[in-house]
Amino acid sequence: MTLSPDEIIYAIGPLQVSATLVFTWLVMALLVGAALIASRRFRPEPPIGRAQLVFEALVTFVLGQIRDVTRHEPRPYLPFAGTLFLFILTSNLLSVVPGFQPPTGSLSTAAALALAVFLAVPAFGIAKVGLRRYLRTYLEPTPLMLPFTVLGEITRTLALAVRLFGNVMSSSMLVAILLLIAPLIFPVLMQALGLLFGVLQAYIFTVLALVYIASGTSEAEKRTTRGTGEIS
Amino acid sequence: MTDMSIIAVASVIGAALTVAIGAGLAALAEGRAVAQALQSIAQQPDETNSISRTMFVGLAMIETSGIYCFVIALILIFANPFWSAVT
Repeated sequence: MTLSPDEIIYAIGPLQVSATLVFTWLVMALLVGAALIASRRFRPEPPIGRAQLVFEALVTFVLGQIRDVTRHEPRPYLPFAGTLFLFILTSNLLSVVPGFQPPTGSLSTAAALALAVFLAVPAFGIAKVGLRRYLRTYLEPTPLMLPFTVLGEITRTLALAVRLFGNVMSSSMLVAILLLIAPLIFPVLMQALGLLFGVLQAYIFTVLALVYIASGTSEAEKRTTRGTGEIS
Repeated sequence: MTDMSIIAVASVIGAALTVAIGAGLAALAEGRAVAQALQSIAQQPDETNSISRTMFVGLAMIETSGIYCFVIALILIFANPFWSAVT
């Protein structure tokens, strides 16, 4: 039994590529390909095709969630949050395909996604309020809190990574163990449950990323508007 | 007992206790959170969307501690750092 798809190595010519990388490429190719093929037939007025309907529903859903969570104009956050959601969702859902190793079940992928969130929080904050004002939020309310703020940002990144990795890896491992002891029906039920958890994990990862981004941004904004007596 | 068997026994018992206590307490906490959220939804059905979204985020937070315990149990069983001391 392998703990993570990092340990499965394929040899492509002289290159040695781990299963994580191969299946990440597969998911990326699938997403980009589906978007390219579908977008060729997009049109602004009805009658619209099925693919356009699916994509419009997805985008509307993500936009609505961003608006609900951050209470900001959702458009700037759409590319980042939507990509995270779609990538994690696709790789979790494809884990029911036999032979597919979900790339999110590797700590490397989960850590990379969490690092992207870690970098996106200051990036969105700085884009909104500027570098100086954003950095000043670290010294609020007193500079004594600086180590705790920094520590909090690091631990929540770690928690994001370990949560995604642990959930995906444990569900695929559970199926592997069940295949050994009760191979008839139970693994199918657990895989069905794994589908639910996969969707939930993609949703939770995205919502938590948005919560972190929104908290970073609105802290900075609150500080700048306090002088005018306005608290947003 | 040899050093090796002591380490093996301690690792297996440690892993079992880690998962048992970690999963049990996380489950208790999640049960409390869900019960409270359901009560809130019963009182204010209009706020169902917002309450359930917040509940899911909170559940994910709680579940993280359970997942930590699971990862530590896996490390104890599959990637025990103390094996290198005796082998």
